[in-house]
Amino acid sequence: MSAHAEAITDSHNPTPRQNEESADSLLQIRDLKKRFSLSGDFLDQLRFKGGKLVRHQEHVHAINGVNLDIKRGEALCVVGESGCGKSTVARTVMGLLTPTEGEIRYDGSRIDNLSSRQLLPYRKRMQMIFQNPYASLNPRMTIQQTLEEPLRLHHPDWKRPQILDKVEEVMRSVGIDPDWGKRFGHEFSGGQRQRIAIARALAVDPEFIVADEPISALDVSIQAQVLNLLMEAQQERNLTYLFITHDLAVVEHFGTRVAVMYLGTVCEIATTATLFDKPRHPYTQALLSAIPRLKDDRPQHIRLTGEVPTPVNLPSGCVFHGRCPHANARCKQEIPVLQTQDDGTRVACHAVEEGRL
Amino acid sequence: MALLEVNNLDVRFALRQGDVHALRDISFSLERGERLGIVGESGAGKSVAAFSLLNLIAKPGFIAGGTVTFDGQVLNRMSERGLRKVRGNRVSMIFQDPMMTLNPVLSIGEQMVECLKAHRRISSKEARAIALDKLQQVQIPSPETRLDQYPHELSGGMRQRIIIAIALLLDPDIIIADEPTTALDVTIQAEIMALLLDLCEQHNVGLILITHDLGVVSQVTQRMLVMYAGRVIEQGPTREIINDPQHPYTQGLINALPQMATPGEKLNQIRGSMPSLSNLPSGCAFHPRCDFINRADGQPRPACTQQVPEFVESGNCRVACHMVAELLEDRRLKEVTS
Repeated sequence: MSAHAEAITDSHNPTPRQNEESADSLLQIRDLKKRFSLSGDFLDQLRFKGGKLVRHQEHVHAINGVNLDIKRGEALCVVGESGCGKSTVARTVMGLLTPTEGEIRYDGSRIDNLSSRQLLPYRKRMQMIFQNPYASLNPRMTIQQTLEEPLRLHHPDWKRPQILDKVEEVMRSVGIDPDWGKRFGHEFSGGQRQRIAIARALAVDPEFIVADEPISALDVSIQAQVLNLLMEAQQERNLTYLFITHDLAVVEHFGTRVAVMYLGTVCEIATTATLFDKPRHPYTQALLSAIPRLKDDRPQHIRLTGEVPTPVNLPSGCVFHGRCPHANARCKQEIPVLQTQDDGTRVACHAVEEGRL
Repeated sequence: MALLEVNNLDVRFALRQGDVHALRDISFSLERGERLGIVGESGAGKSVAAFSLLNLIAKPGFIAGGTVTFDGQVLNRMSERGLRKVRGNRVSMIFQDPMMTLNPVLSIGEQMVECLKAHRRISSKEARAIALDKLQQVQIPSPETRLDQYPHELSGGMRQRIIIAIALLLDPDIIIADEPTTALDVTIQAEIMALLLDLCEQHNVGLILITHDLGVVSQVTQRMLVMYAGRVIEQGPTREIINDPQHPYTQGLINALPQMATPGEKLNQIRGSMPSLSNLPSGCAFHPRCDFINRADGQPRPACTQQVPEFVESGNCRVACHMVAELLEDRRLKEVTS
């Protein structure tokens, strides 16, 4: 593990390119790492080994050195398969998890080390939408109460009529009839619940929204409604999105730029058009070819072998080498670094760097 | 006569507030080795349709009418004893969640041997050899070790491969797969679907694939049914329906997919949501969401709001819509003018 950690820190020294980018970015993620302990508290970690008491610790390495810049007004999509750390990135950005290492800067100032009181003004500017609208609405609160709560918290000086006006406005803007305010969450369908969750996020007029798989739990015809709503909100309110999803078809439609994650690292970042037109990283290529398209008869996808390795014992070298059809000896030892290509795409792959791909 | 024939199948759930009509008037057939997709959103009745084929509907559900005929036998009039000879043996099922389907306290080998011995008079040794062969067919690495492992030791994709191996164990004629890849990641989904497709073709096994994913259906199946609120609203060859859907709902469903729209533009959405089965709208169940309901004078067509549409033959497809002929005519005119 120690060799691994060193290589990551070495590889992610800020390059001039990153400093350039940071000028107009709303959110900067620098060398972000997040580990979760699997071994419980101190006493649980003690084991007898060869007659001695040793401390044994195991960690899930959810994020291993992620650098991302989110520019004002864009929708940055993070895609990847389950367990790649995309939701952990979202939650760390929102301050729901504390990073193990690294920095998160919002509008130039560091937010990852703030207390929850200090974070409050930022919470008003950044809001989150969760995957499961059945779980993210409090079942004991009416919709009216759900939507009033953030307003009371963030605008303690507002009078009641002002709050009511705002709630009505935000309900209208997501297509929920304000007369339904007295109802409870369970009385609504999944699509309507997700609209309410979006309304709650929009109520405090944020500038940045983190959406963690906001449409995955919904049916196809409802997905389109919610996606349209998110796009309208972006145009009207000039929102910036960090959009987490596993659905590449949605990314192609919605995203300004895409970051592809695999096992806690970003393997490719590009503008959406470039990524779909010319995927560079072998994992991105496999991911794109796996989308079930309507128009082709026979799937011509790149078949990956093997399974995603566990983030507890990360593979040496490139995390993808075990499943990569282009891996060689170097890939098994050396961790690839994100490198900027001619068209601005950044890829972390030895094969691309060496021109083998 | 086709291998499987379903005629006017009608399934209800007896609830305190009265019967809920979960399936109405479902008819389709499946030839030997054919692959059929059943598509619809949640609550459309796809899974109920799949379960009722093998008479697996749990109470308070019951088959209220119609027949399911498999190889000349009417399954829904058979005794439990007789059904047990068909289930798992000649028609097997694959369910959505691979963790729920496998028994957590039995090793993979024990579960496979158990299934074989329930249907055939063979020794454990022979059964184990067959199990091993099936695991090899589903391309599981080191199959011998897997036989002695427990489900929790395997990943989701691996478990679903094992389920497929179990489904193939007794060389069935038909596999019914209910959302087999929904719980899996995209790349794993692609691998599993490709595997299922290969195996069905190799062994000439029929497949009934239930899914909400139009992309998967279009790649795997030859014919498809589109379901809405307990009814089939369109059926026919998959390619024709995907390329040229005729029912307004099917059109809406396909056009709502992000891959059909220009990036960054508004998606074509179907307004509203699927009605609850206990409170269906009158006439065509889709009429409150339909874009074509209004006549030129702005009034809704009485036929759509009052009469349940019958199937209309249109080319190779059957469509349950009052306006099929008109919509086709409109499109022809548009094509001519353009």
